Amino acid sequence: MEGLNHFPEALRESARLVVKTRESRLTALRRGESYPSLSLSDRRAWLEEFHPDYRADSCRPLTLGPNQGDLVPCELADLLESWPRHAVSRHFALSRRSHSAAEGDPSALAPFSKQVKADLHTDVLVIGGGGAGTTAAIAAAEAGAKVLIVTKLRHGDSNTIMAEGGMQVADQEADSPVQHYLDTMGGGHFINDPDLVESLVSDGPRVLRWLEELGMLFDKYPTGRMKVRHGGGTSRRRLHASGDVTGLELMRVLRDHAESFANIRVLPFHPAVELLTDDNGRAVGAVLEHLVAGDRLPTIQVVHARAVVLATGGFGRLHFKKFPTSNHYGALADGLVLAYRAGVPLRDLRYCQYHPTGIVYPDRKIGLLLTEKFRGWGAQLLNYHGEEFVFGLEPRDVTSAAIIRECTEMGNGITTPSGRVGVWLDIPLIDLLHGRGTIEREFPGRFREFIGKGIDLRVAPVLTYPTLHYQNGGIAIQSDGGTDMPGLYAAGEVTGGVHGDNRLMGNALLEILVFGLRAGRSAARFAQNNGEGSNPGVSHLESFMEALHEKAAGQHRTSPRLLPSYGKSGLPA
Amino acid sequence: MAGPKVATITIAFDGTEYTVSAGRTILVALEEAGLRFVRGVGCRGGVCGACTVLYRMRDAHPLVAGLMCQDEAKHGMEILSLPYIPQKKAVHRMELPPENSPEYQVLSLYPEVNNCVMCGECSRLCPVGIDVMGYVGMIKRGDLRSAAQQSFTCVQCQACVLRCPSSISQPNAALAARRFHGRYREAPAEHLAKALEKVESGHYRSLFRKVRRLSGVEFQALYQRREREPDDAPPGTWLPEDRSLI
Ligand SMILES: Cc1cc2nc3c(=O)[nH]c(=O)nc-3n(C[C@H](O)[C@H](O)[C@H](O)COP(=O)(O)OP(=O)(O)OC[C@H]3O[C@@H](n4cnc5c(N)ncnc54)[C@H](O)[C@@H]3O)c2cc1C
Ligand code: SF4
Ligand code: SF4
Ligand code: FES
Repeated sequence: MEGLNHFPEALRESARLVVKTRESRLTALRRGESYPSLSLSDRRAWLEEFHPDYRADSCRPLTLGPNQGDLVPCELADLLESWPRHAVSRHFALSRRSHSAAEGDPSALAPFSKQVKADLHTDVLVIGGGGAGTTAAIAAAEAGAKVLIVTKLRHGDSNTIMAEGGMQVADQEADSPVQHYLDTMGGGHFINDPDLVESLVSDGPRVLRWLEELGMLFDKYPTGRMKVRHGGGTSRRRLHASGDVTGLELMRVLRDHAESFANIRVLPFHPAVELLTDDNGRAVGAVLEHLVAGDRLPTIQVVHARAVVLATGGFGRLHFKKFPTSNHYGALADGLVLAYRAGVPLRDLRYCQYHPTGIVYPDRKIGLLLTEKFRGWGAQLLNYHGEEFVFGLEPRDVTSAAIIRECTEMGNGITTPSGRVGVWLDIPLIDLLHGRGTIEREFPGRFREFIGKGIDLRVAPVLTYPTLHYQNGGIAIQSDGGTDMPGLYAAGEVTGGVHGDNRLMGNALLEILVFGLRAGRSAARFAQNNGEGSNPGVSHLESFMEALHEKAAGQHRTSPRLLPSYGKSGLPA
Repeated sequence: MAGPKVATITIAFDGTEYTVSAGRTILVALEEAGLRFVRGVGCRGGVCGACTVLYRMRDAHPLVAGLMCQDEAKHGMEILSLPYIPQKKAVHRMELPPENSPEYQVLSLYPEVNNCVMCGECSRLCPVGIDVMGYVGMIKRGDLRSAAQQSFTCVQCQACVLRCPSSISQPNAALAARRFHGRYREAPAEHLAKALEKVESGHYRSLFRKVRRLSGVEFQALYQRREREPDDAPPGTWLPEDRSLI
C-alpha cells in the first residue's frame, strides 16, 4: 500500500488495518463523536494497575536526609545516597571514613572546615543554562546583578530546546487563570502546592506578552490572534505553539536576549558538582568540574556568589526501569543531588511522567517524542486492529497507562522486528480532518525530519509507546523561587510542587518562565541585601557523609553522574 | 546471550576506523563502539545542532553535513566532528533606532548578507533541508516574513557558516530576521493584551480566594463539572454555560 513501504512486513499488516478503519473513524469524528473519557475512579484504577511507577518494586524509601522515608524511584534513591565525586573528594581532601572511626587522625576532621579560595566571584550564580536558568539570569541581570551562568554542555543544550508542542497560557475569552488553575490541580491529582499554581497561571499572560515583545514567533492568525489547541487534561484551548519546535524557538530567543546583557557571563562545559555553604547554612556558591579540562587545566573551579539559582532540569537520562527517554544528554538529576546533600527538602518524586507517544519504530528514533500537539489536532491512538482504545487527551499518566494496558493485558500491541511493542499514532487523520497541508504547516520540524528519511507523515501512522519524559517533582520551593536554604533559589524542572504528581503538557514551558523570572529577581534582591558568605566551604557534606556512612549505603557509588555512559548495548533494551 | 545477528559496517571518525552495527545513527554506532562524548552531543533529538559533522562517502567526492544523532551510519562514511565555529554575532536589543525599519535594522546588523555570491553551498549542506541561500536573499530584499518562515526550523548547527565563501553567519542573521519580524511585523495579540489587563487589575483575586476555600470534595466536583471547549469552535467565539470562573 502506498506510503507504508518503509515498514517491515511485521508492521505493515497492522498498518493496513489502520488505513482500512480510517474512513469510518473520520466519519465518527466529523459527527463530533469521540472516545469517552474516564471517570476519576477509573483513572485511578488504570493508573494503579498499569502505570510503571505505581508498581511497588519501582520505588524505595530514602534512608537518610530531609526526606528520609519518602518513596522515590530506586535509581534516584541510589543517586541521592552516593558519595561526592572523586574530583571533589580529592580537592577538599574528604575522607569516606566516619569521624568516629577516624579519631586520632586529625586530617579526617580538618577538611570540612577548610576555607576554599575562589577562582571566580559573582553576585548571582545560575546553575544550568536551559530555559529556566537563562530566564533567571535575564531577570537578575535586569535587576542589576552581575550574573554567571555555569552549564554542563553548551548554553541551551537542554530539555527546553527540545520542547515541541507548546505552552499553556489562559488568554482566550472563554478562559481564565482560575480555569487554568483548576485544570492544573486536577492533572496533578490535587496535591500541587496551591500558591505555586496560582503564581504559575496568574503570571501566564505577562510572560506571553514578554515573549511577544522579544520577537518570539507563535502560531498566529493574520489578525494577531494566537492559534490555540487543547492539550491532555485541559478544559480550554490554551496551548500556544511555534510550529512543533516551540522550545527551539524559545531557547533561541532567550539565549539571544541573554547575550545582549553585558553583566551575564556564560561558562559552558562546567557542571556544578557541589554547592558551597557558609557558617550560617546559607548557599554561597558552587564547586564546578571542567569537563574538557585536559591535563593542564585544573579540573575543579570554585565560584563564590551572594546568591545561587539551581536550574539544572530533569532526570530522563537515568532511564528508570530501562525506559527510553525523550530528554537531552545532560538530564541526570544533578540538581536534586546537590540540594539534597545540602539538606534541602524535595517533594513529589515518586511518580515520573512517561510521555504517551515516544517513537518505537524506526529503531534509531527510539524514545524521541511525537508531541501531544498531534493528538491535539486529532491524531488517534490505535491498537493492532486499527481501533481506538482510549481518549487520546486524557492527562498523560492516564494515557500512558492505557497504552501499557492495551499492549500487555489486552494483547493488542504491535511488535517490531527488534522486539519492542507499541500502538499506532494515526497522524494522517489530521490532514483529512483539517485539510491538506495541515501536517506540513503545523509540524514543520517533524515533517521535514521524517520525509528526509523516507517516511511521509501524511500517509503513514507511527508506532509509539510511553517514554520517560518529565520529572514531576523536585526541590520544594516557595512562590518567590526560594528554597529552605537562605540564598538558594530554584526554578524549572528541578523543582517540585507546581505540577503535583503529574504535569499537564505546556505547563513546563510556562513554569520555567514564570519561576525563572521570580527566582532570578529574588536572587538578585538577596544578593543586594547580603554580603559575601563567611567562610564558604563544603561543611554541609560533613553530616551528610556521616549519615551515609552510618547507613552503609552507597559505599562505592558517586554522584552527580553528569553524563550517561552508553556502552555496547547502547540505549537500554 | 546470542541475540539476532546484526550486519556490521565500517565507518571512520576523526581518522580512526570503527566496525559498527548497521542501522544505527552515527552517534549510537560510535557509542556502541566505545566512544563517550562530552562535546558534540546535546539534545540527541535533532534540534540543538551540537552534533554537526561533515562527512564524505569513500567512493564519492561531495562533502556532506549531517547530524550525528539523526543520520544513519553508512558503510564507508568518513566523518569529522565540527568544532565550535567563531562567527559574527550582532549584539542588539529589540528597540529600533529612530527612522529605522525592522528590515533595515536587520541589514545594518548583518550587512554582509549583501555579499552573498549565490554559490548555493549553504543550501546544499543544510542537514535539516533549509534553503539557506533562499533566506539570505529574502533578508537582503527586506522580506522578513519569508525569511522567518524559511529559516524557522534552523537548529543553528553552523554547517552553512563554515563553508560560506562570503563569511556570512546565516543562522545569526536569520535569528535577527525572525525576531524583528516577530516583534514589528506580526500583529500583536489583542486578546492577550486584554487578558493581561484583567489579571493585573486584580480581577481574579477574589475568585481565587473563593475557589481555594472550597473543601477537597467540592473542589474535585468543580473539576469534574468542567465544560470542555470544543476542538473546532471558531477562535474566540465559544463561551461556557457556567461563566462564574472566567
Ligand atoms: C522532548 C521534550 C519535549 C517537551 N515538550 C514540551 C512542551 O511541548 N511543552 C512544555 O511545556 N514542556 C515540554 N517539555 C518539558 C520542558 O521542555 C522542560 O521541562 C523544561 O524546558 C525544563 O527547563 P529547565 O530549564 O528546567 O531545564 P533544562 O531546559 O533541561 O535546562 C537545564 C540545564 O542545566 C544543565 N545542567 C544539568 N546539570 C547541570 C549541572 N550539574 N551543572 C550545570 N548545569 C547543569 C543542563 O545541561 C541544561 O542545560 C518537553 C521536554 C522534552 C524533553
Ligand atoms: S541554516 Fe545553517 S545553521 Fe541552520 S540548520 Fe541549516 S546549515 Fe545549520
Ligand atoms: S554559502 Fe554564503 S555566499 Fe554561498 S549562497 Fe550561501 S550565503 Fe551565499
Ligand atoms: S545532539 Fe542535538 S542535534 Fe544532535
